[in-house]
Amino acid sequence: MQLEQVRTESAGFWRRQWRDAFGPISDGEGFYRHRVLVRLTHWINALAILFLLGSGLNIFNAHPRLYWGNYGANSDFAFLSLDAVDAPTGTMGITQIGPWHFNTTGVLGWSKAYGEFQYRGWPEWVTIPRFQDLADARHWHLMFAWVLVINGLAYLFYSLAVRHIQKDLWPTRADIQAIPGSILDHIKLKHPAGDAAKRYNVLQKLAYLGVILLITLMVLTGLTMSPGMDAFFPWLLDLFGGRQSARSIHFICASLILFFVIVHLTEVVLAGPINEVRSMLTGRYRIPRNSKEHS
Amino acid sequence: MASAKSVTRRAAIVGGFAGAGWLIANASSLTEDQSLDHVFRAVEDWTKTAQRGLLYRDRLAREYSPADISPTFKPNGTYNPGTDEYNAHVARHFANWRLKVDGLVANALSLSVADLMRLPRRTQITRHDCVEGWSAIGMWTGVPLGLILKAAALKPTARYAVLHCADNLTGEPAKGGEQSPGQYYESIDLIDAFHPQTLIAYALNGKALDVPHGAPLRLRVERQLGYKQAKYVERIEITDSFSRIAGGRGGYWEDRGYEWYAGI
Repeated sequence: MQLEQVRTESAGFWRRQWRDAFGPISDGEGFYRHRVLVRLTHWINALAILFLLGSGLNIFNAHPRLYWGNYGANSDFAFLSLDAVDAPTGTMGITQIGPWHFNTTGVLGWSKAYGEFQYRGWPEWVTIPRFQDLADARHWHLMFAWVLVINGLAYLFYSLAVRHIQKDLWPTRADIQAIPGSILDHIKLKHPAGDAAKRYNVLQKLAYLGVILLITLMVLTGLTMSPGMDAFFPWLLDLFGGRQSARSIHFICASLILFFVIVHLTEVVLAGPINEVRSMLTGRYRIPRNSKEHS
Repeated sequence: MASAKSVTRRAAIVGGFAGAGWLIANASSLTEDQSLDHVFRAVEDWTKTAQRGLLYRDRLAREYSPADISPTFKPNGTYNPGTDEYNAHVARHFANWRLKVDGLVANALSLSVADLMRLPRRTQITRHDCVEGWSAIGMWTGVPLGLILKAAALKPTARYAVLHCADNLTGEPAKGGEQSPGQYYESIDLIDAFHPQTLIAYALNGKALDVPHGAPLRLRVERQLGYKQAKYVERIEITDSFSRIAGGRGGYWEDRGYEWYAGI
């Protein structure tokens, strides 16, 4: 490749980035992608999930052990625990998963909080509030649980009414057949352009439907932990196999939501962060042109 | 030129994100200086109203089968009140223990454990859920609190049953306001007090309550969390308000920031 050609291509790349970011979207390449209620509920949901994850880990620290079944306390078998154990070399943080034990000193089980080592399941930099306090963490958690539920119901009712879920998220038969190809596209970091960019690809659809399911499970398992709700909806206990199973599923679903968030943010960066974030703010999305059109 | 509408929208977006960022950055200090206390209290009220709306009076907590009982029922809080007076009661097998019922009642009562055991009893296998997250299942036997309160004949102004306990859990400072003493106490409203599963329990798993589990008498209020299940109960005071008792929030843990309504 000639040096001159590289210079021209590189300048073209930066011009496009600049234009994508700040230039007006001309007719034909702009596309109204997200409705205002979907955008609003998206950001409220993001904030609620951030606070719920942080305060949830603080609550978890009050008893950093997970069980299966109706009951579970210190003398019962925990399939996961974060513990601090005294060793000849000093206290160690030990993470136990089933029969396996890992040394997680400094991060899980035994970590520094406000400058001093403490017995803490999760470290201060992931909990809300930073300091360990079950009562305070529960206040944040229950407040944002209400936000999550009200916001989530608003999203669900609206999206079903305007057929957003049915039309944009529900996979078609063609989608299902396209799964292997879509996986390949994702591995090659190939993002759709032109008309294909107006629709969600099948993996995206499944991921969004999956996170709706996970949030629903979070709410239901959260309610199963409530002795009051169990008196009203005893079937919740049967659905999840007991209160301690529900607590464990609550934790597992939270981990999967965190995994979703990581993949989601990675995809936003890979697909063009400015265009993607702008479309979730203003609704307008610039349709990426096919590579042959702008080469 | 940007239109007025788009300027307003831009301001709303920037303002919304600035607000959210501020909340995230200051979550810990806002918690520490209790500036969101009234918001959290409003949330607790919604939760209570919502659950009370669903839980009509006699809706029962799940009862389990003997096979579901925890091999070890974890005790928590006070393991032994350990005062001279309490130790003397232990030595005499609680023969002189009295449960007093007073306050807004027509007939103040003073009942021995033997008196209570002669009253109609209820046995239930229920799950105890600690606010920390663990659970234990046990079989409780005791007198429905409603029966005792009926015998005491509540006055029309009665609203709460405050349970005064023999144990002192010092060490945890109270939050906000006056430093409250460490004497354990709890309170429930009359909806829970008259619930059929609410007991003054004297036996766990078929045996007289042992000291770590609250001998000789403890409360069971099955639709709420563990800290409501007061142990070592020696007095039930019927009141119209608990604001003048200890820290004023209706319980030992409530004075330390926990919700008075512990249904979730």
